[in-house]
Amino acid sequence: MLESLADKIQAALKRLRTKGKLSEADIKAALRQVRLALLEADVNFRVVKNFIGQVQEKAVGQEVLSSLTPAQQVVKIVQEELISLLGGGTSQLERSQDALNIYMIVGLQGAGKTTTAAKLARLLAKEGRRPLLVAADIYRPAAIEQLQILGEKIQTPVFAMGKQNPVAISRAAAEKARREGYDTVLIDTAGRLHIDDDMMTELIEIKAAVQPTETLLVLDALTGQDAVNAAGEFEAKLGLTGCILTKLDGDARGGAALSVRAVTGVPIKLIGVGESIEALQTFHPERLATRILGMGDVLTLIEKAQETIDADKARDLEQRLRRAEFTLDDFKEQLEEVRKLGPVDQLLGHLPGFGKIKKMPGLKIDEQELVKVGAIISSMTKEERLSPGIIDRRRKQRIAKGSGTTVQDINRLLRQFTDMKKMLKQFKRLEKKGQVPPLWGPLPY
Amino acid sequence: MPDLWSRLNSSLSKTRTALIERFQTLLPRDGRMKEETWEELEEILLTADVGPTVTEDLIQTIKAERVSSLDDIRTALAARLEEIMRAELPRVPTHFTPPLVILVVGVNGVGKTTSIAKLARKFRQDGQRVILAACDTFRAAAVEQLSVWANRVGAELIAHQEGSDPAAVAYDAVQAAIARRAGVLILDTAGRLQTKTNLMQELLKIRRVLGKARPDLPQETLLVLDATTGQNALSQTRLFQEAVPLTGIILAKLDGTAKGGIAVAIQKELGVPIKWLGTGEGFDDLESFEAGAFVSALLTEKE
Repeated sequence: MLESLADKIQAALKRLRTKGKLSEADIKAALRQVRLALLEADVNFRVVKNFIGQVQEKAVGQEVLSSLTPAQQVVKIVQEELISLLGGGTSQLERSQDALNIYMIVGLQGAGKTTTAAKLARLLAKEGRRPLLVAADIYRPAAIEQLQILGEKIQTPVFAMGKQNPVAISRAAAEKARREGYDTVLIDTAGRLHIDDDMMTELIEIKAAVQPTETLLVLDALTGQDAVNAAGEFEAKLGLTGCILTKLDGDARGGAALSVRAVTGVPIKLIGVGESIEALQTFHPERLATRILGMGDVLTLIEKAQETIDADKARDLEQRLRRAEFTLDDFKEQLEEVRKLGPVDQLLGHLPGFGKIKKMPGLKIDEQELVKVGAIISSMTKEERLSPGIIDRRRKQRIAKGSGTTVQDINRLLRQFTDMKKMLKQFKRLEKKGQVPPLWGPLPY
Repeated sequence: MPDLWSRLNSSLSKTRTALIERFQTLLPRDGRMKEETWEELEEILLTADVGPTVTEDLIQTIKAERVSSLDDIRTALAARLEEIMRAELPRVPTHFTPPLVILVVGVNGVGKTTSIAKLARKFRQDGQRVILAACDTFRAAAVEQLSVWANRVGAELIAHQEGSDPAAVAYDAVQAAIARRAGVLILDTAGRLQTKTNLMQELLKIRRVLGKARPDLPQETLLVLDATTGQNALSQTRLFQEAVPLTGIILAKLDGTAKGGIAVAIQKELGVPIKWLGTGEGFDDLESFEAGAFVSALLTEKE
C-alpha cells in the first residue's frame, strides 16, 4: 500500500517549526518526495522537472498560513499547481444543438476505444440525443461484431459496411445520420501506433471527410512515460480536441493524464471507471490531482458513498462509533459496506485521516482479507460477537473450522478489532477536548 | 540468432538512437563524471519506464564503481542490467506430459488474444496440434475474435456462449485436449484489472479446474503486459502472481516508441521472468526473450 504523499512531506518537514517562512532547503526536502510520487505515478520525467521547478519558485518565501503547518502549506501549493496543470476546471464535450455532432474516437491498440464509444453513446442517449455508432475498425478480428453487440445492449444502432475503406464507411455514416435524423455520430476507429504513417494517414482522411465536432483520443490510464510520445504524435498529425482517460477503476495513479495535458494542452474530458456500460464520468482535475499525489479524495468518496451506502445504516453506525459501542457485527457490516464501494486500499486513500490508520501495524486492511474476516465473524455465535472477550482457545478452533481459516487468522482479527476500538476511544477523548474534527464529520448522508 | 537480433534491433532502434545521442552528449570533457551526467543517465532510465526506485539503485551501483568514462558507464550499466534480466528459464518447459497447457492472463487491452495467436502459430509451425480455449466469455465478440485467429493459424477452438462460466470452458477444453491428444492447449481469459478481487478469484477457479483434470496442469501461466504500461505493471504482476502463480511474462507492443523498461523493475523486484516479446502486428512477430540481446539492443550502437 502506498504511503500518502502528505505523510511523506510531513516527515520531511517534521523538524521545521510551525511558524515563519518556508526556506529553500525546507522546500527542497519536501519536493524530493513530491518528485518521487509524481514519477511513481508515471508523470513524464520532463513534466515533473518543470513542475518541481515551478512549485519551488512559488513556495520559497511564502508565509506559512497560521491555519496550516508548513507541510500542509507545501501540499496545498503542490495540489493547486497540479490542478492548474490538469486544466483547472472540468471540460465539457462540445455539442451543438442544431447541427450534427460527429465524434471521432482514436487511439492506440487496447486503450479501450470500442467500449468507450459505446459508453459515450449511452451517456449521450440518456441526455436525449439520438446517437449512431460507426464501426470503422476493419482490421481487428471481430471488432465490428463487438460494437454491434454493445450497440444492441444499449439499444443504439450501429452502422457497419463490413471491411470497406474506413473513410468511405465514415462518410456514408455521416450521410445516413443526416438523412435519417440522427443528431450524434460516434466513429470507432481502429487502434494504431502513432508511428504507423499509413494508418495515421487514414485517420487524417477520415477527419477531412467528415469534419468531426471533436476528435477524441482514448488513453489508457496505465500508460507510462510513452504517453507523451503517443499523444503528442496524434495531436501533431491529426489535431485533437479532447482526451478520454480509461481504466481508472484500477490502482493506476493516472499520471499519464498530467503528462498529456501538460505536453499537448489537450483537455481531458471524460474518464472510464469500470467495465460496465455506465462507467464513464466527467473528468475533475482536482480529484485526479489528489489521486496522483496519493492523497485523500473526499469528494469522490462522498459521491460513491451516497450512491452505495445505506443511509440509515450509516447514521446508525456513526452513532455507535461515537459511543464507541462498536461490536464485531458492526465491524463486519462496516467492512461489507466499504467493499461495495470498491478496492479497499483505494477507498481508504480517499479519506485524508485514514492515511495514518492504514499504516498502523495490525490494522492492515486488504481486499482479500475481507472475505476471510466476513467468514470468521459469520462463524461466531451471537454471544461471541457481542463480547469477543469470551473467545477462548476452543472457541477459536471451532470458529476456524467453521470459517475455513486458521486460529492465527482469528487472533489477528481480534487484535485488529481491539486496536480499532482503542482508536475509537482515543478519537472520542480527543473529540471531547475539541482537538480533532468529528470522525465522520461532514459526510452528508 | 541473426533474425532475433535484426528484429530486436529494429523494434528497439528508436530507443537506441535516443540513447546514443544522449550518451554522446554525456562525454565528460574533463575526464570526470559531472552531476549533470548522472542526471542525464537518470533521465534515460526514467523515460524508459524503469521507475524511480530501480533507477536510483542502478545509478548508485554504477557510481560506487567509480567509473571515469562514458564507456565505463555503458559497460557497467549493461552488466548490471544483464545481471538483473538474466534469470532465464526455458521458454517452454522441457519435460512435461502432453498436452502443454498454457493459461494466459492480463489486464484489459494488453494484447492477450493477439499474443495467443502468435504463440499458437509458433506451435503450429512446430507441427503441433493446438487447441485454443475461449475463456473470455465476458467481452463482447471476444469469442469471435479468437475464432478468427484460430482459423488463421490452423488451431481448433473450444468455446461456449457469451456470458457462460469461463471455468466450464476451461474444463471442456482440457478434456478435449487430453482426448484428442493435442500437443498444446492455450486458454484465453478475459482482461481484468488486478484490483478486482472477484475477477481474480475467477482465474483461480479456472486454474483449479485445470489442476483437477491433471495435477500438473497448467504447466505455464503467462501474464501479458503492455510495454507502454508504466509503474502500474509492477502492481499488475504482483497481484496476478498472488492470484495464480505465474511462470512468465509476455511483453507485448514493443513495436511502438515505448521502451518496456518496466521489465527491468519487474524482474528485479518480483523475479517473474520475461519469456516472450511482442514486436509487431504480424502473427510471426513474437520473439523469445534473451537478456543479453535485450540489454545490448537497449544500450549498444548499431554496427
